[in-house]
Amino acid sequence: MRIRRAGPSAVLLEVADTAAVFAAYDLLTAARAEGTLRASEIVPAARTVLIDGVAEPDRIAALLETGRSAAPPSAAGSPPTIEIPVRYDGEDLDDVARLWDTDRAGVVAVHTGTEFRVAFCGFAPGFAYLTGLDPRHHVPRRASPRTRVPAGTVALAGPYSGVYPVASPGGWQCVGRTAAILFDLDRDPPALLSPGATVRFVEVQ
Amino acid sequence: MSELEVVRAGVRTTVQDLGRPGFAHLGVPRSGAADAGALRLANRLAGNPPGAAGLEILLGGARLRATRALTLAVTGAPCVVTVGGRPADPGLPLAVPAGALVTIGPVTAGLRVYLAAGGGIAVPPVLGSRSTDTLSGLGPDQVRDGDVLPIGPVTARPPGVDLAPYPPPAGELRLRVWLGPRADWFTPSALATLFTAAYRVSPETDRVGARLTGPALTRAIDGELPSEGLVLGAIQVPADGQPLIFLADHPTTGGYPVAGVVDPADIDLLGQARPGTVISFVAAA
Repeated sequence: MRIRRAGPSAVLLEVADTAAVFAAYDLLTAARAEGTLRASEIVPAARTVLIDGVAEPDRIAALLETGRSAAPPSAAGSPPTIEIPVRYDGEDLDDVARLWDTDRAGVVAVHTGTEFRVAFCGFAPGFAYLTGLDPRHHVPRRASPRTRVPAGTVALAGPYSGVYPVASPGGWQCVGRTAAILFDLDRDPPALLSPGATVRFVEVQ
Repeated sequence: MSELEVVRAGVRTTVQDLGRPGFAHLGVPRSGAADAGALRLANRLAGNPPGAAGLEILLGGARLRATRALTLAVTGAPCVVTVGGRPADPGLPLAVPAGALVTIGPVTAGLRVYLAAGGGIAVPPVLGSRSTDTLSGLGPDQVRDGDVLPIGPVTARPPGVDLAPYPPPAGELRLRVWLGPRADWFTPSALATLFTAAYRVSPETDRVGARLTGPALTRAIDGELPSEGLVLGAIQVPADGQPLIFLADHPTTGGYPVAGVVDPADIDLLGQARPGTVISFVAAA
């Protein structure tokens, strides 16, 4: 673990892997809920957690030490699995099948058979980076990005799967689409997929 | 309800308050006024709480009409203001009679004029803020000719001030920088360059970031950086080595290393830095 300063009122906590990001994020959000940490933003990412808007950034290290030596994180707060219905008819389905040395049905079987977890959000409001794919199923981005990927597109890139909340340019490999609303301002929280949530994709015809 | 009729919106006018912090973990940018201090001052002069929504008028050049008598205040980039055809002072509470035309002239320096109306602009908030986020599209649409903006109820009388003085935007800025979080991704000579070279604000500058041109900053580590959270004022260095300083509508995460962070107290200066402004950096603290 390494603590990097990011200006006078933020620190970037760098950890070994996604599991350590989840542990640190849980610990920090719990500390904020208990009132032992005051921060305006706690932002998990691939290998880091950013803690922004802190009055005493030098205290974060001590907080993490005491937090880790205290009770192990309980599973009591684990949220239910979110199911996302997908029609697997994406334009890159055949390319992904080739990369995985399988056929369309094989891609669907792997994607629906994987328990994903939201590592972090970014790129657009409600866009979640979902981890859980076996390393042999990691795929490169498309050589040339599309200028427009429709909202609800289910896609893959690197170690991640994700769903585009709104239409946008994108370079991920598109495998299907969902009618699920990923970001809804009338919902609390507005994002369907928040950091730490577990996700399963379910095939629909 | 009182209303503000937008006769001419200007090149790019948006509703801004102090943004929507607290949702970065869901990918929602902070947004808010690019020169937050100017908006706060305008609100104080108009008798509003500091976070009330006002107009951010890029380059000035707007015309507005109030349906009822109200208090306006204009701050930020210097410009000529008239109320009902008479010259009026920026930096003062302005009593605007019902039906009077308010003109905001083109800016003579800086970038952004702020206009607060007593009661605040009362468009519906989105995630607790009325700010237009130009990156994600959250918040109200950009203000257009013919829009009619609702004004909220007045909560306090404007203060009895003479004139709130504030310095005009400078043509040269010295910004305080905290190195990190990824200073070690750059060569020592690149970091020395950052603190000695003069950079210029590029014409591609917007609410997302102030893009700079100048000596490229060379990396010590060539690998790809996994995406990580970004703070306001982060100096990100993309592949071409030209630094970009993130402003109000910055993305929540980014995949290029951040060499340093501009001190929050200097961010408002960047919100007023026109293309061509010379920027130099000094070590903070």
